[in-house]
Amino acid sequence: MKKSVTIYINDKPYQVESGQTIMQAADKLGYHIPRLCYHPKLSIEGACRVCIVEVEGMKNYVASCAYPVAEGMRIRTHTKELRTARRDIVELILDNHPDDCHTCERDGICELQRLAYAMGLRHRHFEGEKKNYEKDLSSASVIRDPNKCILCGRCVRICSEVQKVNALGYAHRGFKTVVMPAYNMPFSESVCTTCGQCINVCPTASFVEKNYTQELFEKLQDPGYIKVAQIAPSVRAAIGEAFGLEPGRAMERETVAALRKLGFDYVFDTQLSADLTIMEEANEFLERVKNNGRLPMITSCSSAWMKCMEQFYPDLIENISTCKSPMSMMGALLKTYFADKIKKEPKKILSVAVMCCTAKKYEAARPELRVNGLPAVDIVVTTREIAWMFKSAGIDFVNIKGEDFDKPLGLSSGAGTIFGVTGGVMEAAIRTAYEIYTGEPLMEIEVNQIRGLQGIKEGKLDLNGTEIRVAVAHGLGNANALLNTVRQDPGRYHFVEIMGCPGGCIGGGGQPYAGSNSTPLDEECLKKRAEALYGLDRQKIIRRSHNNPDVRRLYKEFLGKPLGEVPHKLLHTHYKAKEPRGIVSQEMTLR
Amino acid sequence: MTRDFVITLCDGPSCMQKKSKELKEAVEKELEKHNLANRVRINISGCLGMCKNGPVVVINPLYTLYGQVTPADIPEIIQSHILKNKPLKRLAIEEDHLYNRFFRVFGDVNFFGKQMRITLRNCGIIDPESLDDYLSVRGYEALAKVLSGMAPQEVVSEVKKSGLRGRGGAGFPTGIKWELTAQQNSDEKFVICNADEGDPGAFMDRSTIEGDPHTVIEGMIIGGYAVGAKKGIIYIRAEYPLAVKRLQKGIAAAKAQGFLGENILGSGFSFDIEIRLGAGAFVCGEETALIHSIEGHRGMPRPRPPFPSVQGLFDKPTLINNVETWANIPVIIIDGAEWFSSIGTQKSKGTKVFALAGKINNTGLVEVPMGTTLKEIIYDIGGGIPNNKKFKAIQTGGPSGGCLSEEYLDTPIDYDSLAKAGSIMGSGGMIVIDEDSCMVNIAKFFLEFTQNESCGKCTPCREGTKRMLEILTRLTEGKGQEGDIEKLERLGNMIKKSSLCGLGQSAPNPVLSTIKNFRVEYEEHIRDKKCRAGACSAMAVYEVTDKCVGCGVCKRACPVKAISGAPKAMHEINQDKCVKCGLCFRNCKFDAIIKKG
Repeated sequence: MKKSVTIYINDKPYQVESGQTIMQAADKLGYHIPRLCYHPKLSIEGACRVCIVEVEGMKNYVASCAYPVAEGMRIRTHTKELRTARRDIVELILDNHPDDCHTCERDGICELQRLAYAMGLRHRHFEGEKKNYEKDLSSASVIRDPNKCILCGRCVRICSEVQKVNALGYAHRGFKTVVMPAYNMPFSESVCTTCGQCINVCPTASFVEKNYTQELFEKLQDPGYIKVAQIAPSVRAAIGEAFGLEPGRAMERETVAALRKLGFDYVFDTQLSADLTIMEEANEFLERVKNNGRLPMITSCSSAWMKCMEQFYPDLIENISTCKSPMSMMGALLKTYFADKIKKEPKKILSVAVMCCTAKKYEAARPELRVNGLPAVDIVVTTREIAWMFKSAGIDFVNIKGEDFDKPLGLSSGAGTIFGVTGGVMEAAIRTAYEIYTGEPLMEIEVNQIRGLQGIKEGKLDLNGTEIRVAVAHGLGNANALLNTVRQDPGRYHFVEIMGCPGGCIGGGGQPYAGSNSTPLDEECLKKRAEALYGLDRQKIIRRSHNNPDVRRLYKEFLGKPLGEVPHKLLHTHYKAKEPRGIVSQEMTLR
Repeated sequence: MTRDFVITLCDGPSCMQKKSKELKEAVEKELEKHNLANRVRINISGCLGMCKNGPVVVINPLYTLYGQVTPADIPEIIQSHILKNKPLKRLAIEEDHLYNRFFRVFGDVNFFGKQMRITLRNCGIIDPESLDDYLSVRGYEALAKVLSGMAPQEVVSEVKKSGLRGRGGAGFPTGIKWELTAQQNSDEKFVICNADEGDPGAFMDRSTIEGDPHTVIEGMIIGGYAVGAKKGIIYIRAEYPLAVKRLQKGIAAAKAQGFLGENILGSGFSFDIEIRLGAGAFVCGEETALIHSIEGHRGMPRPRPPFPSVQGLFDKPTLINNVETWANIPVIIIDGAEWFSSIGTQKSKGTKVFALAGKINNTGLVEVPMGTTLKEIIYDIGGGIPNNKKFKAIQTGGPSGGCLSEEYLDTPIDYDSLAKAGSIMGSGGMIVIDEDSCMVNIAKFFLEFTQNESCGKCTPCREGTKRMLEILTRLTEGKGQEGDIEKLERLGNMIKKSSLCGLGQSAPNPVLSTIKNFRVEYEEHIRDKKCRAGACSAMAVYEVTDKCVGCGVCKRACPVKAISGAPKAMHEINQDKCVKCGLCFRNCKFDAIIKKG
């Protein structure tokens, strides 16, 4: 039990628990002290100084995000002087920020904009020189615009603390301070894994995804293409939030309908290729178990994780499943099987992936994933981008009448659905591997031991007397901890699932920005998104990948057998160690 | 071997510039010539604090000071002083200021003039690279006393009783810091010496280490014992190579003699010291930034609490003190807290070293008891303002200190009085400003420094000081606007109260204090576009007076052809064309051109 102390906020006495900060205590009491650099998931920075309060007896203001409550403390949250100081601080930030709100990507959903409004900034007093840097457009996924950076440090912190990638840091001093990759080299050559979490936490538009919406709008008008979309599982779990809906409302059939209205000829489901991934991956795993192959086998669906692995864990390449990600499997099928089926030239197929992920843009550009010389996926757009496109095209997404996916690549099992949430790939694989190995269906189909938002989860499975130990990590920082265990004790697990983003794909770098009343990466929000996917799984009659009739037909008509010759060519790939320039994260390289 | 004489040559930065090395060669040559090598020892010391009179030579035992010595003077000095035992009057410095003969033996408390040397007690007396020399002035006696008969709590309470306050600038009571660190339960604790002296023009810490490295080392070992730490780190800037070298030598010598390392003096207590070099960022003098820097991160401060005493280096309880603070510890232990606390004022005990600089006759290092007035330092020790100029202001506390005008000259120097007057003690910078300096310009100079050295983390310091600097710049360029002073005050007060660390919290001090004490100069810059000191060149007006003989030099010198006039007739400056470069003013041989502020 924590000690209780009496504090006074604006002269009103309150009993609060000791050991918490003024901000935490005030939040619970209904005082939302304005803030900017603070983020509940990250370390305390105390940098922006927006959350300052007056504490009686203190000469200076204190940052409420960092200062602990104490017995008898008298706090004032909005005196005249304090409000002026806060207003001036926000003006100072704004004075060194481009005045281009109307043409900014985050217009209307920008934390700085909201704050300036709330602080009552109606005119300027201190304007002067503004910073002027080049945008970094080099990355396939993430654009860095230092001009919009307000140096809150959230990106730096999420990259080092949550993801442990350390792609970003501060350089220079004073007014010239800027956040950049090591040696200010292009983002594309840095250790950035393109996970896009910096975008999620950035309060402004200093980090945004590389935008392909204009190109997509143009191509959708081009009669020379057959336009095909695939949708990742997590997109449907979050897209509603971009339209003001509560988190957790699954918008599957609505998204299909909206994509058709946007101009797509076919809308397929990445969940089907997730089922396919399971067919291949489960068999690959069982092969490894039977033939004493390299274990633990580690999943390969997450693009950010793959880049991370190539950079920081090249020693584990042999452990990585050779399966392509569901997106790339679907892309490969579109340019072969599907093109044949509709009797079109593969290059006439416009393969578009709607993803919750920024790293998928990087994955789509990987040369080794091309199929017969063509990119498997031509354009990747994020949940945010497609939501904007719906708005731009005047599609009434919230009230739209839902439609079904197209055939033949639109039917998926519940196992494919849960691919979007941490633990889901493992659970799906277990559902199938168990049945292949034992010949009997897994009765406890919901594998609760690997569900939830705990950083690292472990589970055990009994395969006819053989104990299979599995582990799951989400977020590259948790992955780091888990993989260090694997390095030290390779025999500890048989199968490991890694997803690059916190919460898995549902927390991907391309998901809608947090609304005005939530914080990015909010755990409650992630839980609701996860629940949306688990709900969809529960509603399905087919919940095991190998029972998906369309997948079965696909093997029968085209692919042959799992791990066979055609799958080997189209559905599997290989990885190579990468040595990015710059500073490699210490935690990552420590053996 | 005992020797009859010790010749001490100052090797401080100023004397070094004046080629003190050649002096050493000359002395060696002369000693060899007279076959005196076994009677005379040569000693190289750190800064003796008499930079104005450098290079300085001291001959003991009579402690005769010779100033402005050249190699050519050496034969005469040797001849007279060593051979005839008659100090050479011609070069001897009258000891009427700055640096009187201070107590030569540890513990012999005496006032010499207005100075009193505790921190610098051995500087200039001993060979800093000789452990034996340090031992001869009761070096490591304090350590022996502590290890042989005092419990750690007794050491802490002694420091607490002494009333010593942190000499790094903020003046936090040292004993409380020690106590807090000692109270922490932890498997590991650290002791840090902050030798990241960053104020421009300040060299107190550097001179202390260069002149007496062992006192800092000894202080740290005692600190380690008192708080229960086994590891000490000296964070020193790489720009101080001599100080680093002396520390390395000192650490090695102390280890070799068992003052440092495992089982010190057989007491069972072990302590080791490591040197970490800083890259010279001003903000790394801030303790949390310094800790980040040692940890291998960018030197950026973090909010406190938790204080380093509770959670410091690598999240372990850490005792961090400044060089000067550490140097006081052995004195407190040997002479006792009671004696120490008898020096100084009620709330500020002991002495403080200042780097006296600017428009003053005697520049250099000054150590005075707390409570000495600014006037005493400037006029009695410093010898007043050169060239009969008028005193205008004194800037204390380095770039983040304030400028005090004449009316504050009777302010006693201690933490609280200086703060009350609108300045700070700081680490001990002291710059005297005369009537030729413009206060707006001075404020701009200091703010430029702090803005450049701001770590860039918190908004008020990063953005706010930049805006203040912009306003000051336009003031000095004659582009000031009504309301600028109010904006400076508004920003300045906000930055002071809202910034994350001491750098930002004190950065506006030079501006706010000059506005407070010299507001009329700001107003003149804005309303009359006038700089009374004539320092803001953009506002200067050059005019030809009737002293002009029409020689035409100014006309030829003017780069924009703003000067006209027939030969031998009075010339004229076209004010619209003039770019205020001042070439005419400087080139005129007849003082016929005047500069108006």
